[in-house]
Amino acid sequence: MNFLSDPRWSDALTRLPDYLGSHVRVSLAALALGLAISFPLALIVRRQPVLRDIVLGVASIVQTVPGLALLALFYPLLLALAGLSLQWFGQGFSAFGFLPSVLALALYSMLPVLRNTITGLQGIDPAIIEAAEGVGMTRRQSLTMVELPLALPVIMAGIRTAAVWVIGTATLSTPIGQTSLGNYIFAGLQTQNWVFVLFGCVAAAALALAVDQLLALIEGGVRLHSRKRIIFGCLGLMALIVVTLMPSMARAKTNYVVGAKTFTEQYVLSALIAQRLQVAGLPASPREGLGSNVIFEALASGDIDIYVDYSGTLWANQLKRTEIKSRKELLSDLTTTLKDKYGITVLGELGFENAYALVLPRKRAEELGIRTIADLAPRASPLSIAGDYEFFSRPEWAALRQSYNLSFRQQRQMQPDFMYAAVASGEVDVIAGYTSDGLIAKYDLVVLGDPKSSIPPYDAIVLISPKRAGDQALRNALRPLLGKIDIATIREANLRAAGGDSNSSPDAVARWLWEKIAKR
Amino acid sequence: MVHHDGMINAAPAIAYENVGKSFEQGRTRAVDDVSLNVATGDFLAIVGGSGSGKTTLLRLANRLIAPDSGTVHVQGKDVRGVDPIALRRSIGYVFQSDGLFPHMTVGGNIGITPRLLGTPAQEISTRVDELIDLVQLERPHRDRFPHELSGGQRQRVGVARALAAKPAIVLMDEPFGALDPLTRDALGEDYRALHRSLGLTTVMITHDMTEALLLADRVAVMRAGRLVAQGTALDLSGSTDAYVGELLNTPRRQAERLQELLPKDRA
Repeated sequence: MNFLSDPRWSDALTRLPDYLGSHVRVSLAALALGLAISFPLALIVRRQPVLRDIVLGVASIVQTVPGLALLALFYPLLLALAGLSLQWFGQGFSAFGFLPSVLALALYSMLPVLRNTITGLQGIDPAIIEAAEGVGMTRRQSLTMVELPLALPVIMAGIRTAAVWVIGTATLSTPIGQTSLGNYIFAGLQTQNWVFVLFGCVAAAALALAVDQLLALIEGGVRLHSRKRIIFGCLGLMALIVVTLMPSMARAKTNYVVGAKTFTEQYVLSALIAQRLQVAGLPASPREGLGSNVIFEALASGDIDIYVDYSGTLWANQLKRTEIKSRKELLSDLTTTLKDKYGITVLGELGFENAYALVLPRKRAEELGIRTIADLAPRASPLSIAGDYEFFSRPEWAALRQSYNLSFRQQRQMQPDFMYAAVASGEVDVIAGYTSDGLIAKYDLVVLGDPKSSIPPYDAIVLISPKRAGDQALRNALRPLLGKIDIATIREANLRAAGGDSNSSPDAVARWLWEKIAKR
Repeated sequence: MVHHDGMINAAPAIAYENVGKSFEQGRTRAVDDVSLNVATGDFLAIVGGSGSGKTTLLRLANRLIAPDSGTVHVQGKDVRGVDPIALRRSIGYVFQSDGLFPHMTVGGNIGITPRLLGTPAQEISTRVDELIDLVQLERPHRDRFPHELSGGQRQRVGVARALAAKPAIVLMDEPFGALDPLTRDALGEDYRALHRSLGLTTVMITHDMTEALLLADRVAVMRAGRLVAQGTALDLSGSTDAYVGELLNTPRRQAERLQELLPKDRA
């Protein structure tokens, strides 16, 4: 098949106006804010060595924080501030998406502007500044008529660096709910859609390069006193901004926002929900790649309207409960608590569980003669186990170890997608996999039983935000999905979505899934 | 003791009275109890080595530096009571190594003080052309940038800039020091002609006694912050101060040597 005739390219292209527009909007706002803070700050501190060193030091430290962490930190910070604001002024604000991204990126952009403004101003020949004073300029006139114009090329170089950093780092704002070119990359990585990953990287790089070159044109114009270059550069920048922002401005505002976490199943389910809403005449758009805590808070505050979560995850992470309950009991307890505490409606379960489970190759299990975790426990000490990045710090793992007295030779953390291949090839002996994962069937693995029920149930449930609680049209559109997706179906869907070919896009898999469900 | 000028009734253009100025919290005494009058229309050269306080003395006149003690009067007014910005705009200043603004054209540099004073653009433009003619630059130079000119041309721009707002007083800080001897001589002569024709009062700093004697009407000699002598060439030659004698030695020797080398009539 021809590489370029892959329908995923056209899929990627249709998303471009939205992703690119949002990317430009958040980058532009962040740069503007960063400049508005760092430029005056540089002017204030430049003559005070102690203050200057402190400001530059802090900006450098901010720079060493990885972009993803900085963005992730701003979300809870704003969430707390929004809570305080609601408490004090009766007026909250959304801590989701745009605002935390802009703040974090603005902070990120400050160092180059600060440093270059200070360096640029300090590099001016003192004789020139003396001359400015001598011809009768005030301090302010000396700054605006002589010092800033002379430092401008250096300052512009700083702005260029900041712009490139911000545009690149903005791809990381996807997990905190800001649509950006990062949506391609996060979705592509999760669903093994390399076309998307490539498209996202190229688009972000092209945008950064275009902005950098236009700013370079202006910088050159300033340096060479060429008005033509400056005008062309400014016009180019303006054209770029208008062209990228126009489509997203003109786009009709979607009513229903469907959230998805950062793994394949979530992309498929959110696509399925969005499709069902659209069929019912309810405009919907997905908001994908959200962090696990971000997505719940976003639902509670109404930034997204609907998403699928898992009963055990909410039980342990949001409600901080540790007691083991049966599937039914836990679900009814959860439903009441979510309603009372957050106003969130549990519409119902989809019909399958996506629980953690200890998994190993069928052959190996037969050789060792084990079917349950209880069988595994006495043989575990020479074996190694792998889990995802959070498993070993989760309460399930503690509960498992306690109730079965489990102890492995070695624990390893792995990217979930690689875990299954690793256990199939014997790289590790056992993995903590997910029951709904399609790779279990693909690699002929078995899920070990949990006779002591120490792993809580993880029913996939549809959650609805407080503001949509009374929305009958929404409920009616989604009711046909409830109880219809069994474990075999979701495994097959997940396997398809991980296929890495043109039929593996979440939308295509969601359509396939609906065809199967509709027959039931 | 050197005698004063004959103008008794008219206030001097610049009058220093027991002026003192220290730097580095009093550790360096740059100007030490100096009293000096510069009469209107006078061309005064201040001569001294580096660190003698001559530049400080010059800057006290337009309040780039404020005195610790004593008073400075400009055209009869105590500079402490005058807005320093307005004072500087009313006094021309020619800087050592030109001090032109590199990002402004020649025209922009020349017109800067009128612009600061709010003169209409059209008027500034006319004035810039006048000044370009006056300092014998070419009209096309107007749109060039300083780095595109020779050192002598740049300093002509510096002089034009100082004269742009029609000042009565011009201060010059070693204006020709960085130029080659020929350019320096031509520029000095041209400036002296301007000084006369425009009726300026000029104070020029130089470390070169020959230049001072050739250009100025009167010379003030500074050493270690103190004024050691002042007056015409004739007055100075009568001075008993050893340093003044030493400073005069060079031009004397040069004159004698040149006399020998270049006899007037070789016919």
